Amino acid sequence: MNDFVAPTIDWAAVSPVLVVLGAGVLGVLLEAFVPARARRTTQITLTLAALVASLVAVGLLWERVSEGAVSVVGGSYLLTPFGLGIQAVIAISALLGVLVIADRTTTGQDSFAPAAAAVPGTTYEDEARRAGLQQTEIYPLLLFSTGGMLLFPATDDLIVMFVALEVLSLPLYVLCATARRRRLLSQEAAFKYFVLGAFASALFVFGVALVYGFAGTVRLQGVVQVLADPGTSPLGTMRGLVVVGLLLVLSGLLFKIGAAPFHTWTPDVYQGAPTPITGFMAACTKTAAVGALVRVLFTLAHGLDADTRHDVQVALWVVAILTMVIGSVVGAVQTDVKRLLAYSSIAHAGFVLVGVVGLDEVGSSAVVFYLLAYGLATIGAFAVVTLVRERTVSSDDRAGALGDTTDDGVVLGEATALAQWAGLGRRAPWLTAAFSLFLLSMAGIPLTAGFIAKFGVFSAAVEAGAWPLALLGVLGSAVSVFFYVRIIVFMVLTPPSDDEPGAVVEAAEDAGSVTGPAGGAPALTGTATRAVVARTVVTVVGSRGPAAVAIALCAVGVLLLGILPAGALDLAGQAAQFRP
Amino acid sequence: MQTLSLAPWLVALPLIGAALLLLAGRRSDRWGHWLGVLASAATFVVGLVMLLDMLGTPAADRVAQHTVGTWLDAGGLHVDLGFQVDPLSLTFVMLVTFVGTLIHVYSVAYMSHDVDRRRFFAYLNLFVAAMLLLVLADSYLLLFVGWEGVGLASFLLIGFWDGKRENAVAGKKAFVMNRVGDMGLVAAMMLMFAGVGAVDFATVLGSTGSGAVAGAGLSEGTWTAIGLMLLLAACGKSAQLPLQAWLGDAMAGPTPVSALIHAATMVTAGVYLLVRSGPVLEAAPDAQLVVAIVGALTLLFGAIVGTAKDDIKKALAASTMSQIGYMMLAAGLGPIGYAFAIFHLLTHGFFKAGLFLGAGSVMHAMDDDVNMRRFGGLARLLPVTAITMGLGWLAILGVPPFSGFWSKDKIIEAAFVGEGWRPWVFGLAALLGAGITAYYMSRLFFMTFAGRRRWSTDRSDDEGRVERHPHESPLLMQWPMIILAVGSVALGGILAVGNRFVTWLEPVTGHVEHHEPILPVWLLMTLTLVLVLLGAALAFRQYAMAAVPTDAPAANVLVRAARADLHQDTVNEAVVMLPGQYLTRSLVYLDRTAVDGGWLGLAGAVGRLGALLRKTQNGYVRTYAATMLGGLGLVALVVAILAS
Repeated sequence: MNDFVAPTIDWAAVSPVLVVLGAGVLGVLLEAFVPARARRTTQITLTLAALVASLVAVGLLWERVSEGAVSVVGGSYLLTPFGLGIQAVIAISALLGVLVIADRTTTGQDSFAPAAAAVPGTTYEDEARRAGLQQTEIYPLLLFSTGGMLLFPATDDLIVMFVALEVLSLPLYVLCATARRRRLLSQEAAFKYFVLGAFASALFVFGVALVYGFAGTVRLQGVVQVLADPGTSPLGTMRGLVVVGLLLVLSGLLFKIGAAPFHTWTPDVYQGAPTPITGFMAACTKTAAVGALVRVLFTLAHGLDADTRHDVQVALWVVAILTMVIGSVVGAVQTDVKRLLAYSSIAHAGFVLVGVVGLDEVGSSAVVFYLLAYGLATIGAFAVVTLVRERTVSSDDRAGALGDTTDDGVVLGEATALAQWAGLGRRAPWLTAAFSLFLLSMAGIPLTAGFIAKFGVFSAAVEAGAWPLALLGVLGSAVSVFFYVRIIVFMVLTPPSDDEPGAVVEAAEDAGSVTGPAGGAPALTGTATRAVVARTVVTVVGSRGPAAVAIALCAVGVLLLGILPAGALDLAGQAAQFRP
Repeated sequence: MQTLSLAPWLVALPLIGAALLLLAGRRSDRWGHWLGVLASAATFVVGLVMLLDMLGTPAADRVAQHTVGTWLDAGGLHVDLGFQVDPLSLTFVMLVTFVGTLIHVYSVAYMSHDVDRRRFFAYLNLFVAAMLLLVLADSYLLLFVGWEGVGLASFLLIGFWDGKRENAVAGKKAFVMNRVGDMGLVAAMMLMFAGVGAVDFATVLGSTGSGAVAGAGLSEGTWTAIGLMLLLAACGKSAQLPLQAWLGDAMAGPTPVSALIHAATMVTAGVYLLVRSGPVLEAAPDAQLVVAIVGALTLLFGAIVGTAKDDIKKALAASTMSQIGYMMLAAGLGPIGYAFAIFHLLTHGFFKAGLFLGAGSVMHAMDDDVNMRRFGGLARLLPVTAITMGLGWLAILGVPPFSGFWSKDKIIEAAFVGEGWRPWVFGLAALLGAGITAYYMSRLFFMTFAGRRRWSTDRSDDEGRVERHPHESPLLMQWPMIILAVGSVALGGILAVGNRFVTWLEPVTGHVEHHEPILPVWLLMTLTLVLVLLGAALAFRQYAMAAVPTDAPAANVLVRAARADLHQDTVNEAVVMLPGQYLTRSLVYLDRTAVDGGWLGLAGAVGRLGALLRKTQNGYVRTYAATMLGGLGLVALVVAILAS
């Protein structure tokens, strides 16, 4: 009767994921048992410790995995060198991202609503703010999400992959809604993300169903076997099923990557979400999703015959081209820094896909390096955005408008309109230098990580014979240089326009275009809004430490990977092996 | 040699001086010039110590390299930061530091009224450092660093008074024309690297066939190409045909600069380069012949231009060009001429620097006037200047026993050695050059110091002559002139007795058996002297006995051409500058219309497309979802179409 056999589980192999998820569970308990004043510190410590532990676990596993992939419970968890490399990038990005999230800046407030459940503009919200409440649940949520990301590229089972997709997505939906300021915008973003994410998940699941119908299994290795020997499955001869299924699965993943035509959520969500969360999301989600994409695509491509392989490659070409064009071209006309960075991240999704089309190990190695370079620059850039704020001035106080020396005024949310960044180089030279460095890296200028990364993916594409795609990628990069450099020009060469309320108005209009459909209410509701204040000026708030550390680490990383990339390239090369 | 390790200090000391003066800025205005003098003098002392050490070393051990460390190690290219210390480079070290120090001292007084004197000394020190690096480098690449360094210093000093537009233009002209030559050196290095795989002297010169590593497999054609490229470099730096046009304009710089850089040292770097690369030229007889032809042509060209110049400095510049032509000719004669080329370079360094300093002293006396037609009768008022310049004049004429006699006569002799047409052509050119030299130098001397005064001490002169109050220069200017004059008198004789100098250079240039010229030596010597006397006498008759008009009289075609530098600028403008300008203009036009137009058009298109696509981003979730589904359909459609 008792024929249940407990599976033997290689706990060490699962440890990078388990540590993070376990810490998430622990975090929920802490939320209940730790007194309020110690809660934030405890949560941050736990989160950072968990991520460091995960990174250490990845490091300890490196040697062992590079000798051969480790499969746990028949492939439910499958750790290939590539999966481990992706996990390393996620852990590093998440660590840096959490540092930014944890920073309360010199204003003493973090970027999150004191009571996220409160309806914006209500007295409850005001009371919560006055009482100094804080939503420390974001840290367990972050850990759950990170855990899902770590699992995402490390499984052979499409159902497990789906579970990982939801584990990483659901906390993100919530996190997107927690912005302290412009709360309607934030909630709207979360709602859009949720609805569209659900849609994408549905496509994914439908794809999994078709693949299962074809192969009678959801294990990728099993599908490959059926592809090689169609007789083993009742519907094994219906190639169309697996192709359409694969396309649908890919759609779900491309949604998370933010590739066109599944990119539409990106600008709105990136703009609405709390900026530190945007940075975390942009770097980590993309990394995890690309990891999963490579996992699925490269494994199945191994079993596909030349024609089908060609079909899949055509689809990738179309998506990559669309993504690069939309990211670069629409990015060029943006006037909001966060939206601009969102389009930049779309363009980067396109560049990553250029490296993927070869479906071989040159590509997977280039992709790992690219994601690391992109993650560092992105988190750093969004971290900088969190520190550039608006501050109120009373309308008759001209001295206050001209200089930042007076203490007068309340610091508000981020000054995201590009026009407001004019002359930032004079107020905050170091911050400007760091931001410029990140932008230059994104643009792919030599001596930054971005150059080596782009060189890697483009040469991978050329090696795979996809030179027109590489050429388009280079052209797309050239267009994107325009908007990156435009920001630098704004910051360094344009004189500040403090005296011109026009800049503020323009910013409000731009935000309005996003929120329009949500009932025409301008994005003015929140804990403190522009509607109340006559005039605002741009100010740079100081970091309390963590964000500054994160920015510095990102900058050093970007430079180091750009000037001495050999070590990281070696590691990326070791992480090229994507098959068990 | 025990003092070999001092070699880096020869470069470092003046470099430190320059850096201190430039970095200290105005704070060092009061004592900066003395620091400059000190740096130069200290370098001279170091050089002297090394010289004495070398004199005590057996001849076989006198060629040495001192390697400081690896400079470049990139793939197949390995270059050391190394110094070549041998009789040739030490000769240059002594010339540069000795004459250089004297000119530093002279400049203290000459530039005393200039607010930027400190900067001037910084550049002078920079020049000394770069020049010493040039001659001490043990590879072509390191030599090139010095080569560019002296070019930079020359540019900075020619345009030192850049408040005046023509000075700045002259600096630019020198710089640009030098770049043409520099390309030759770069090309030569590329050829060496491609052929030999190295750019250091030992390897390159050793693989020419005559050296130790015989037969690196390079064809004579390659060596010819390398030789011609080196010649191009030398022509640029040493103002030889066809890159000679900048030297006359370079006189826009302060006179001490003209003396040091554009007479004694930098312009002779081309001769150094060719003598150093002797084995290359020997492996490429054709290139060697071209060197000799260029030298012969330039010596006549410069001499002819010199006969018509009324500007005292430009006349001297033409003379410099001509004298370097002699050296190039000697270098092009092969091993037989190397030692004489360097010997003449050394003596020329002394007497020409002295002549320039004298010219500076005259200008000092005459309110910076340079037109010799407004001089005359200055000998009595400027006795020291007149005597020192007179000695230099006799030296450059080649009157025995002055310095120039020993060196120039040897070159003329060597030019007459050989077979076929060459000795006749080169020999006669050298001989003729000596005669013309005598004419124009005597003309310069007589116009300045002899004859009637063509200036007046009165404000309102009846004959419309300019008002001047000549006076002898301060002692700080006199002493350098006197010392150089002593050198002009004695140096040649001292070094020529018993073939001392030739023997001294033998470790580098190799031992050469004595060759008999096609005409007997006594005949050549007599001919030379007769021609020199004829030239001098002619000048005496025209410019000391007869009255000299204060305005240049109308003249025949030849004289007009000589006054216009034999139309060198016209030729350059017609052959190079105008086509170049048309090319750049059409390229600019192309850039504006095609490249910029296309680019801006593309940018506009991107902007419009972006604005269009942005409209799809309308904020409605339903639109977004539709986009996703529609996009998926589109992708599927494309796949289906291309699936075939």
